[in-house]
Amino acid sequence: MVDEGTRKTLSNIPLLTTKAGPRDKELWIQRLKEEYQSLIKYVQNNKSADNDWFRLESNKEGTKWFGKCWYIHDLLKYEFAVEFDIPVTYPVTAPEIALPELDGKTAKMYRGGKICLSDHFKPLWARNVPKFGIGHAMALGLGPWLAVEIPDLISKGVVSYKEKANS
Amino acid sequence: MTTIEELQAKIAELEAKLSAQNATARNKIDSMSAEVVDSNPYSRLMALKRMGIVDNYENIRLYTCAVVGVGGVGSVTAEMLTRCGIGKLILFDYDKVELANMNRLFFQPHQSGMSKVEAAAQTLRNINPDVEIVTYNYNITTTDNFQHFMDTISTGNLTNGPVDLVLSCVDNFEARYTINTACNELNIKWFESGVAENAVSGHIQFIVPGETACFACAPPLIVASNIDEKTLKRDGVCAASLPTTMGIVAGFLVQNTLKYLLQFGEVTHYLGYSALNDFFPTMRMKPNPNCEDRYCRKRQEEYAAKPKPVKEENVAKTEEKPLHEENEWGISLVDESATPEEVPKSVAEGLSYAYEEGPKVLRDEANPQDDVNLDELMAQMKSM
Ligand SMILES: [Zn+2]
Repeated sequence: MVDEGTRKTLSNIPLLTTKAGPRDKELWIQRLKEEYQSLIKYVQNNKSADNDWFRLESNKEGTKWFGKCWYIHDLLKYEFAVEFDIPVTYPVTAPEIALPELDGKTAKMYRGGKICLSDHFKPLWARNVPKFGIGHAMALGLGPWLAVEIPDLISKGVVSYKEKANS
Repeated sequence: MTTIEELQAKIAELEAKLSAQNATARNKIDSMSAEVVDSNPYSRLMALKRMGIVDNYENIRLYTCAVVGVGGVGSVTAEMLTRCGIGKLILFDYDKVELANMNRLFFQPHQSGMSKVEAAAQTLRNINPDVEIVTYNYNITTTDNFQHFMDTISTGNLTNGPVDLVLSCVDNFEARYTINTACNELNIKWFESGVAENAVSGHIQFIVPGETACFACAPPLIVASNIDEKTLKRDGVCAASLPTTMGIVAGFLVQNTLKYLLQFGEVTHYLGYSALNDFFPTMRMKPNPNCEDRYCRKRQEEYAAKPKPVKEENVAKTEEKPLHEENEWGISLVDESATPEEVPKSVAEGLSYAYEEGPKVLRDEANPQDDVNLDELMAQMKSM
């Protein structure tokens, strides 16, 4: 079920059209352009809504992605490194987003710090191939995960605030 | 401080332990014998021949299986095949043994920290040195490794041909889908296996490209577990697991593998297991002519062109969809995706799809934004 909040989040992320994965050579380049266009627009929308919460970049081939995400809790900014590979079967299967530094700190993760997704994510993704891209995986997978898990990890003292030079 | 004498005594003690261990490891055996003596590890297996269950048990030494995922199901699967004297096993996994795995069978606490494939190979070689064991410690779903995975399963048998079976013992959709892609493309038969995240149901499925439904032909099936999903609490954990359910599923998997390889009995195409009521649904599924995997469609054409004896029971057909639905998917934002508990569209008694399919897109649509430059987009994103 898509609730109002999800619907609103999704309206900020342009949909994609090319169904191609990393094995598809030229079509993958096309898809990659769409991924970047969609992500750029999503980040712009986040910024203008004062809800900027991640940055991503990829290797030249677009198969490995890395960056950071952050979560504001009690006016403090908690930042985490994000990484994932684009699976060969993308976009039929979604990327498995990982926060390696939290690996082993919460039960809501699989090996390597891959986040555990809700029961709703996979059906929703499967029904929206190839329209959903990396931005959607971030918004529907990582976003809700951070919102639930980070406050919990902070309250348990597993995650603590690190003073950082303001960027 | 420890004295030299104490250290020397300790070394002697450890050496004695080590040589005792090595003495129990046996040498390789050239050919399987049916002789019933307590030193013959194959006598009880070869007895299957004498009893008329299997015609030529020793042929098992000619076969090669790839086991993808050496966790709760895969490790037990590999052990069973090793004890049965299979010719060669190729193991794939990229995980490490952890103490958190000790609720399952096979791995031992002292192996913590080792890669699962390395720890498994060590144990398996010790159990049966006749089995050739090759290991790969990587994730098959990434572009870097996928081609190597394809090459390995297409040339990895004892005579450098394709493996006889791929046994999927992975715990996630992405890896299953990857195996499906590879096996359709290479035309290799495989078994899919799985245990539900609630640990009380599981299944195995035999996939013969073009002949039975592949993993992409329909959404994954779930075995009714008689649990009201609304009462199922998932807070705080990803998945539960039980050694029992995993052992049972591994047993089903290897039993059907043996039946297929040694040609006895009937291989079940889909066998489910619901632990709470000991319910075992079985069925057979035809491939979907509109499967989105083009190699599945190609294998289906090849199969259709082949003459075959007709004998099919309890066949559930996957739903047919128009080959190319008009552009509607480009307009609608998100389907009212149903939650798993809302969908139970029954496939066979006690079996339903995990979710309803969305409209499929078979053709890759060209996009009219060819003038944008990828490098510029990457740079723009980086500077945000
Ligand atoms: Zn198929």
